[in-house]
Amino acid sequence: MSVEEQVLHYPIPNDAALDPPAEWARLRSTCPVTHVTLPSGDRATLLTRYEDVKQVLADPRFTRQLTAPDAARLSAEGGVFNSEMSQIIPDGGEEHQHWRRLVVKWFTAKRMAAMRPTMTQIAEDLIDDMVKRGAPGDLRADLGFPLPVYVICDMLGVPATDRDRFSYWSDTLLNLTRYSKAETEAAQGAFFQYMSDHVAAKRHRPSDDLLSELIAVGGPEDGGLSDLQILVTGMALLVAGHETTANMIGKMVSMLLADRDRWERLLADRDRWERLLADPSLIRTTVEESLRFDANSGFGLPRYLREETEVSGTVLPRGTTVVCSMAAANRDESTFEAADQMDLTRSPNPHLAFGAGAHSCLGQALARTELQVVLEVLLRKLPTLELAVPVEELERVEGLAVGGLRTVPVRW
Amino acid sequence: MKVTVDEDKCCGAGQCVLLAPEVFDQRDDDGIVNLLDPEPGADRHAAVREAAAVCPAAAIELIE
Ligand code: HEM
Ligand code: SF4
Repeated sequence: MSVEEQVLHYPIPNDAALDPPAEWARLRSTCPVTHVTLPSGDRATLLTRYEDVKQVLADPRFTRQLTAPDAARLSAEGGVFNSEMSQIIPDGGEEHQHWRRLVVKWFTAKRMAAMRPTMTQIAEDLIDDMVKRGAPGDLRADLGFPLPVYVICDMLGVPATDRDRFSYWSDTLLNLTRYSKAETEAAQGAFFQYMSDHVAAKRHRPSDDLLSELIAVGGPEDGGLSDLQILVTGMALLVAGHETTANMIGKMVSMLLADRDRWERLLADRDRWERLLADPSLIRTTVEESLRFDANSGFGLPRYLREETEVSGTVLPRGTTVVCSMAAANRDESTFEAADQMDLTRSPNPHLAFGAGAHSCLGQALARTELQVVLEVLLRKLPTLELAVPVEELERVEGLAVGGLRTVPVRW
Repeated sequence: MKVTVDEDKCCGAGQCVLLAPEVFDQRDDDGIVNLLDPEPGADRHAAVREAAAVCPAAAIELIE
């Protein structure tokens, strides 16, 4: 077989909703730096080892912008990674650090602790509504999908009555297949218009929210952001924080319930959910392990190499587009003992689900808190929760840059 | 145990504060790490080691 024929198609097809493709283990051990063909037909280099993925993500010389003429296109249609929005927020260096520090102060551990009671209330209300409608419920549509939007709307000072429009806009921007091009463009326009008006209103009547604070810092000449940057930051927070968290809620709960209906349960000492019920202090490490164990986390992160570099002994020339598979890296046996086991007590757990380095997820403290709150409330309100379908029937969502499950049917 | 932090690398993820709030804090004005206790007592060593291991920016150094 010629080298041409061996080139792997990426993303690697996988029917199992929660399990990794067998290919990952082989790639990590024998072919950690491998050529792949992307949906656009362009070539890229796939990394699957923990050390390699971390090294490339944390290297400030590499950019996530695939705008260079020789950079690979991911899909024929483009999608979030290539969107214009990502051009307005600085991509690297001091400007990026400056932007990040203005925004990240809204995501500190202390602020998250202060927001926890509101998040708990939102989760409780959503679960009450699901219970009222009766079993089976869909944990993705009833809880996972709305919760992060409601939380972000609160942070942005968006009234509760507009939350559902935000959900729709966010979905159209990320879902690459469900909506037509016209629908996506109309949604993007409406979202942009809403945010322009919203920022203008905040300028006149500031309140206690992220946008008002960003406005209060002043314009670029005062060390703040331009109006356009403030507006786009607000949009970016919704887009970056919605589907990711929504999907993770569905996947986390599915992974925790996946072993409930099995025969082994009678033999094994306890299944995962029972363990958590017995010891809710495991919620924090369980959330981290769910993030690590998620084999369906989506495309991974692309990086364009503006300079030559070496990874696992292979020289990658400048101009290479690399795809970092954090999900494959998170199963690397050389970093994680018993990497293929879900261990609810694993600690430390330096997984790469949020990336690494200067661009690592800005909303990670928020995402962690949301996931912890969801688990805490579910364990407390619905201790008898179980999947309403066999695990084998869970289906992956297609067409999203971030991986998820189409529905998560549950009963209690 | 001696702890140092690199404020320039820190990306404000707050993992250290969640794990060892007696040793790390984040500044209110930019979310960047603020080292409260550069020589934490033995009872905090495990939490500090975990914080250093999971810091996404590798901004926490330990000398033991
Ligand atoms: C489980 C949920 C989440 C996952 C798995 C996740 C994952 C990630 C990853 C892997 C990156 C790195 C991108 C890169 O290096 O190119 C990232 C960046 C980012 N995330 Fe998240 N994220 C989640 C939730 C959130 C939330 C809730 C927010 C905010 C509301 C958020 C806001 C952001 C922003 C603004 C960036 C860009 C940071 C920068 O470039 O400095 N994310 N996220
Ligand atoms: S964990 Fe690291 S990056 Fe996050 S606040 Fe602490 S020092 Fe900074």
